[in-house]
Amino acid sequence: MRSFEYVSPTTKAQAVSLLAGNWGQTEVFAGGTDLLALMKDDVLAPKRLVNIKQIKDLQGVTYNAQGLRVGALTNLGELADDANVKKNYPALAEALIEAASPQIRNMATLGGNLCQRPRCWYFRNGFGLLPKDETGKELIIEGDNRYHAILANDGPAKFVSPSTIAPVLIAYAAKIRLEGPKGKRELPLEKFYVVPKTETEREHDLQPNEIVTEVVVPPATDAKAAHYEIRQKEAFDWPLAVAAVALRMNGSNVQSARVVMGYVAPVPWISMEAEQALSSQNISEDTAQRAAAAALRNAKALSHNSYKVQLARVAVKRALLKAASGGAA
Amino acid sequence: MADYGWPDAEHRTLIGKRITRVDSPVKVSGQAKYTYDVKRPGMLFGKILRCPYAYAKVVSIDASAAEKMPGVKAIHIIQGPNSTIHWAGDEVVAVAAVDEPTAEDAVRAIKVKYQKLSHLVSDAEPPKGAAQAQGPLSMDDIDDMLDNQVPARQMVEQIQQYGITSKPDEGTLKGLQEDGATDEVIKAIRAATVHPEAGSRPKSNYQKAAAQTLGDGEKAFAQAEVISEGLYGVPVITHCCLESHGSTSEWTDNDHLLVHMSTQNVSGIAGQMAEPLKIPATNIRVHQDHIGGGFGSKFSPDRWGIATAEVSKKAGGKPVRIMLERDSELKVAGARPSAYARVRVGAKRDGTIVAWQSESWGTGGPGGGGMPPIPYVFSIPNQRKEHTAIRNNIGPARAWRAPNHPQAAVITMCALDDLAAKLNMDPLDFFLKNIELGKPRQAIYTEELGIASDLMGWKQKWHPRGQNKSGNLARGVGLSLHTWGGRGHASDCDLTIHPDGSVDIKMGSQDLGTGTRTCILMVAADTLGIPMDTISLQIGDTMYPPSGGSGGSTTIGGVSSSTRRAAVDAREGLFAKVAPALNAQPAELESINGTVRVKGDSSRSLSWKEACSKLGAMPLTVRGKNPDKSKPPDLTNSGVGGVQMAEVEVDTDTGIVKVKKMVAVQDCGLVIDVKTAESQCHGALIMGISYSLFEEKVMDPTTGRMLNPDMQYYRLAGLNDIPELVVHMMTGKGYDERGVIGLGEPPVISPGAAISNAVANAIGVRVPFLPLTPDRVLGAFQKAGA
Repeated sequence: MRSFEYVSPTTKAQAVSLLAGNWGQTEVFAGGTDLLALMKDDVLAPKRLVNIKQIKDLQGVTYNAQGLRVGALTNLGELADDANVKKNYPALAEALIEAASPQIRNMATLGGNLCQRPRCWYFRNGFGLLPKDETGKELIIEGDNRYHAILANDGPAKFVSPSTIAPVLIAYAAKIRLEGPKGKRELPLEKFYVVPKTETEREHDLQPNEIVTEVVVPPATDAKAAHYEIRQKEAFDWPLAVAAVALRMNGSNVQSARVVMGYVAPVPWISMEAEQALSSQNISEDTAQRAAAAALRNAKALSHNSYKVQLARVAVKRALLKAASGGAA
Repeated sequence: MADYGWPDAEHRTLIGKRITRVDSPVKVSGQAKYTYDVKRPGMLFGKILRCPYAYAKVVSIDASAAEKMPGVKAIHIIQGPNSTIHWAGDEVVAVAAVDEPTAEDAVRAIKVKYQKLSHLVSDAEPPKGAAQAQGPLSMDDIDDMLDNQVPARQMVEQIQQYGITSKPDEGTLKGLQEDGATDEVIKAIRAATVHPEAGSRPKSNYQKAAAQTLGDGEKAFAQAEVISEGLYGVPVITHCCLESHGSTSEWTDNDHLLVHMSTQNVSGIAGQMAEPLKIPATNIRVHQDHIGGGFGSKFSPDRWGIATAEVSKKAGGKPVRIMLERDSELKVAGARPSAYARVRVGAKRDGTIVAWQSESWGTGGPGGGGMPPIPYVFSIPNQRKEHTAIRNNIGPARAWRAPNHPQAAVITMCALDDLAAKLNMDPLDFFLKNIELGKPRQAIYTEELGIASDLMGWKQKWHPRGQNKSGNLARGVGLSLHTWGGRGHASDCDLTIHPDGSVDIKMGSQDLGTGTRTCILMVAADTLGIPMDTISLQIGDTMYPPSGGSGGSTTIGGVSSSTRRAAVDAREGLFAKVAPALNAQPAELESINGTVRVKGDSSRSLSWKEACSKLGAMPLTVRGKNPDKSKPPDLTNSGVGGVQMAEVEVDTDTGIVKVKKMVAVQDCGLVIDVKTAESQCHGALIMGISYSLFEEKVMDPTTGRMLNPDMQYYRLAGLNDIPELVVHMMTGKGYDERGVIGLGEPPVISPGAAISNAVANAIGVRVPFLPLTPDRVLGAFQKAGA
């Protein structure tokens, strides 16, 4: 085991001051369900681990007229069980339950889930985020890319964004709050995810010395939302495609829609095409199918993943029909 | 002579009943100690430096920095400079240190220079013209085969079939022996034909064996009225033992070794460690209480097991433990060879199968591998078969539960199912129509097909292909047949009756979790007429009489036979001492319900304890053996038949397959414990669902490394993926009198074929290759233009 420092600050300011200004030196340690596995596999080897679990103001869930506020350290199980979440954001509650086994849900934090690293098997086997061989050949292009991106895959990043919670939060128009040496900032959650262009970048717009402090979600009682995952196994399995939708209706027609896909691109993927296709439509098999087709119109399969285009279409269609018929069960 | 035969049903108290396994309490309470749990005083932890390249030469090794690290106790070079590495993850250096983190750090501090060679990790269909006729073997080829752990039997066959390129001198032969060549291999080399002209040919990765023919295939196909052609196959999968491979070794003095090893072969390990360690086998003690899975991958101490003893020696004899990490377990500790085939099969209009033709290929890693036994079960009268073995760098193959049979079942039963579809026949009728080709088990298969059909509700559930769909959900059923040997292995059993009435049994066997302990106790208790819990059973140690490795479904036949003979002899020995006290001849006595009495006269009886006191001061110990021609009858047998049916539901939009029900009807002669036998079948069905839907060793073409050496992408079935499983064991007349036959392999053979056939029935097209993942299912639709 490579030795490392372990520090447990009790305030956000302390935590930020203990984080290094560039990636690779330090890592934020919360639930540890992803980080510890990456360290054991020698994919990450930080010199210092900053344990943020002692910071009290990163805890807690509140709900009021402004919406939902979730502290970054809230674990997935706690959030899924929250009465306000179940009542007002049922698609989020469902996504949280599906995200992991009960044991993992009780350890994994919301902040950690949003910051988890890609499940790409090249990355997890130590070949890097944008893996190449010594001659510069892109391993994913040449190799087995059955689980890789079908959208936004024309740059060097071919992995898929791994959070299944992010798409549904984006559908609910969530914002993420960060704190760093320069103070606090707030971003729409979709802006938090970026496509790295070099191996030294990461897939989040998070500075190495920033921490995620909370997630806020506006009220959604007027929305019909749904989350749909396609997984081969019933449980303990990463999805092959995810879709989350939130619809605001005007009578039986869609006034506005948000359609977000997961596991299709290096970032959670908002489909403007699908949103436009749904505008002023009622939701039927036919319109859902057309919106799904629009969502994947620009998909470009790699050598082994054309099936994912079909799966993503099915996920969007089923999420729309589920939302229209009342959302999460 | 005493009657050693199995008692008939009226005279059995335990055999043939449903008895809960005796080791359940220690397992569910966590008291059972697996090799992984062994903690010896002062134990050091070993780690292995593994080559990251799939094909490379070791140029140099510099361990000087690691040697100086505090806490590092020993370093042992496993494959030094000039060694050729044939797969990524192969062992290069072993390290022992005071704890695991230190050992890991030491491994990272060792600098190895490699010269990379060009690897092949694909097992795709051989490119046209790439295959080279298999030719005579050079001594380097033979050394490679040893390196690649090709089984001795297979090596002998190849040497006999193809000859060698040059006659080796005695020094070379000795070298081969040191590298692990068995006496049989050396004998085969000495006897082999020499073809010096073949020595200079360049070697291809693709070796094509001579075609095998039977009857007149060409004529039969010309006369066939319906011909079906198809592509079928299964990829390389791993054993994925939940308890990884490994051991703890310690030198109790300069030349005595104590080994705790996770193994299927307790009695056979010492002999395999003696040669490389250069000590007599008798100086090596091997122990194991419980094992967390082997499936055919744990018969040998392996390089890392030998290395554990080597580093222990260098560390002054201190116990050293090396258990493989999950990724190593999946990369190097066992894989099942792949098999693919293009098949043509022809029949008459009435469904009579007349001809088979196959071009198959597959890989067992660097050793290449052989053709699965196709066509399977059905002896089709006219055949032509060609097989190309692919030698590549994915890592060595090992026996995987029913070696080569699951592959043969997929290739054969799927091809026949496609033929039935083309004939517009219900496959159940089609298989029954041809059941005479299943000789000599046609009667067993016929009876089993009837039972399986009832248990599945086949007649209600079967529809012609693609015609049972509701919305996006398609349902289908499929079936497959299989066979296996399963004769009991050699087994010695010592049984002692003590004057105080206590009884103990010692045997160097192992319980793979299948219920071996339970079955030994059932046989002994039934024979002695005393309760199972009054007998103390000790297994899993080379201190006890040797008993065969648990592979090939040989254990139950071996251990039940040796136990039966020991218990009968012990009982007769006791009767001889007790008879005078009961005023009877020994032959008049019986032992039943804890009482020794005169048959038919309950007034003349002694309790078991009183009876045993007649032994005097000395306990009575006897040895039972299997086989033992001097103590007939033969208590074990070979050759079983089984039938399985699967029902699936396929989401035709996503290609996701869910198994909804499996039925297994299985014959294995006289069943000792019906409950643990059924458990074996349940486990096999679950394993079968896993390899049918999920399992695949995925290799990266550029780096030559395995991409899924973990349990997130090397998927196993979870609880929710396992449906209703219905198991029916064939017992009673026609089965019991055949003797005891093994069950480990047979029920795992058919799931792949049955599930693939059910999917074809549901969706109307064949998905050629397992596992039946969404990409393959949707791909099959696309290809069919559906």
